Amino acid sequence: MTDEVTAPTALQRNPSKGGLLDRFFQATELDTRMLGMIGALLLIWIGFDVFSNGLFLTPRNLWNLSVQSASIAVMATGMVLIIVSRNIDLSVGSILGFVGMMMATVQTELLPSLIGFDHPLTWAIALLAGIGIGVMIGGFHGLIISFMGVPAFIVTLGGLLVWRGAAWWVTSGRTVAPMDSTFRLMGGGVEGSIGATASWAVGIIACLCLVLILVHSRRQRKRFLFPLRPLWAEFLLALLGCFLILGAVYIANSYPWPRAIANRYAEANGIPIPEGGLFIAHGLAIPVLIAILVGVFMTFVATRTRFGRYVFAIGGNPEAAELAGIKTRWVKVKIFALMGGLCAVAAAISSARLNAATNALGTLDELYVIAAAVIGGSSLAGGAGTIAGAMLGAVVMQSLQSGMVLMGIDTPLQNIVVGIVLVFAVWLDTLYRSRAK
Amino acid sequence: MDQNTTPLVEMKDISISFGGIRAVDHASIDLYPGEVVGLLGHNGAGKSTLIKILSGAYKRDSGEIFVNGEPATINNPRDAKEFGIETIYQTLAVADNVDAAANLFLGRELQTPWGTLDDVAMEAKAREVMGRLNPNFKRFKEPVKSLSGGQRQSVAIARAILFNARILIMDEPTAALGPQETQQVGELITELKKSGIGIFLISHDIHDVFDLADRVTVMKNGQVVGHARTADVTKDEVLGMIILGKCPPKATPGAGALAYSEAG
Ligand SMILES: Nc1ncnc2c1ncn2[C@@H]1O[C@H](COP(=O)(O)OP(=O)(O)OP(=O)(O)O)[C@@H](O)[C@H]1O
Ligand SMILES: [Mg+2]
Repeated sequence: MTDEVTAPTALQRNPSKGGLLDRFFQATELDTRMLGMIGALLLIWIGFDVFSNGLFLTPRNLWNLSVQSASIAVMATGMVLIIVSRNIDLSVGSILGFVGMMMATVQTELLPSLIGFDHPLTWAIALLAGIGIGVMIGGFHGLIISFMGVPAFIVTLGGLLVWRGAAWWVTSGRTVAPMDSTFRLMGGGVEGSIGATASWAVGIIACLCLVLILVHSRRQRKRFLFPLRPLWAEFLLALLGCFLILGAVYIANSYPWPRAIANRYAEANGIPIPEGGLFIAHGLAIPVLIAILVGVFMTFVATRTRFGRYVFAIGGNPEAAELAGIKTRWVKVKIFALMGGLCAVAAAISSARLNAATNALGTLDELYVIAAAVIGGSSLAGGAGTIAGAMLGAVVMQSLQSGMVLMGIDTPLQNIVVGIVLVFAVWLDTLYRSRAK
Repeated sequence: MDQNTTPLVEMKDISISFGGIRAVDHASIDLYPGEVVGLLGHNGAGKSTLIKILSGAYKRDSGEIFVNGEPATINNPRDAKEFGIETIYQTLAVADNVDAAANLFLGRELQTPWGTLDDVAMEAKAREVMGRLNPNFKRFKEPVKSLSGGQRQSVAIARAILFNARILIMDEPTAALGPQETQQVGELITELKKSGIGIFLISHDIHDVFDLADRVTVMKNGQVVGHARTADVTKDEVLGMIILGKCPPKATPGAGALAYSEAG
């Protein structure tokens, strides 16, 4: 009975020729889900801006937001692969804490005695050591999950406690600071930003890449006689994309160095200080660039390599993947190892930003990371998810958090909100998927 | 058929049990080049389980497998593929969330010189093979989830014939296909047979089996009732084998034959 009633409405919901909005979505092939997320983000931003009397949508706050999102965004790209392959990793925050502590110890206590203080290679050695440790921890989790058959939920829940405890053990709870001066650049700040000119250059290169990608995909479609988007839609997409990229650069370039630092810089370089102070722009922050590079790399891994294909196939149908001859267990080990490596990159960003490694580094990050991936469209049922979505999800989560901080909301209440948002996001996902069927 | 050449595949005395259930009980079966062997039996007779042992999906408890007369170690699907054994599973075993080309090449993706996926080449080849099987198939860019049951089955068949199989296992390959597609698969089987491939065909459609198979093997409760050349027996006799386990005079009885078990 009910089928008979709902069937016609379901048909009407997907008309081949509908209103202007339907035609727009069809022509541009934009993902409605992604657009929904962007819509939600804008809503959050405007909401906070109104409630904080215009403090939220300032270059300063948006720039800070981008830097704060970087660490979560980096880890979220790995969480996508974990969730896509029907797993979960609850230990990322603790791995971040432990690896951050190890990297800090390496650069402040180990390396100075070996190669001297503030050696130009210190940051690279510390980072590589951290990535190595992260990969080993993640791979170790993966081995237990794959070959001993303990569910990922349990292994990483154990890892959550083990690595947090291990982080304490490294220095018996002592905070390690300060970090190497080059290492610190990964955390942003005045020195860890690339300035106005370089930022414009990066923006323009990004725009060119976007246009090239659009042209290339259109050519491929033509070659294989796939339906093409109308030309106006291609131009619209290109314009929209470039506008967003250059807009972001513009905002980053509108956030000046603090007055005192700019003046000191001017004095040191013999630049006359004009009336009303010297305007030196931050430009894009290095951690943000790292996150974007990681995002591009992970998108490449997920969509252009065998490994990525296997991750998705395993999530879609683990049995089929196994029968197709894929070494599904090793793929899983690699996924977790990759996650560990990304935790190390995130650890570098957050400890550099803090200029210290503390015991609390990365606490509760697992929730933000999982929430980011799920909000960004990774299905906990497995088989679906995008890197770009998860990174956007990270910005959403960070916006919520820093918005609440800006409005002076206490930490307990912040946690309550984050918890509710996580549940709500998964519920929305279930709704979306049952409708999509 | 020249039964004196070495068999392409010989499975001897294969047994496997799941918990207490003897799914396959000392079953033996063989296959010669250029031959189609129909594997028949009621639901739960153990047909799928037996061929899954050959395709590496299950590990046998006991018994031996010979390929081209040589003992073969088959511990996983990769091993089976090394021997040129390709399988169309009853459950299809396709990854629902990726497209047809990705499924065809799953586990054996074509790569560009830079080590990235060569989607263009894979897609072109997919179109070629699917065109042969199911010319109406057009939805190459969509996840397999959104295809019809028959279209998914075409994808599973295309995947099995893509890599120059020498031994093809088809577990109810036409169960979801329309009459035209079924006929196409029939033609495909005849064609593959001519090129010297050996085929195990599992089907509940006894007419199809009689049209295509050179020999039949009937299973019942995990045991082999008997083997027979389709030329030597009637459909009714084969039905008797399937339902009652009664082995007609011109068939070679196996462990599961009625006369045998009555005597025992
Ligand atoms: N993975 C498994 N775990 C437990 N029991 C199994 C498993 N696979 C098969 N069996 C059992 O083994 C027996 C044989 O099953 P099988 O699938 O081989 O039958 P079949 O001849 O292919 O039947 P059908 O015609 O229905 O496909 C059945 O009793 C089934 O319940
Ligand atoms: Mg079966």
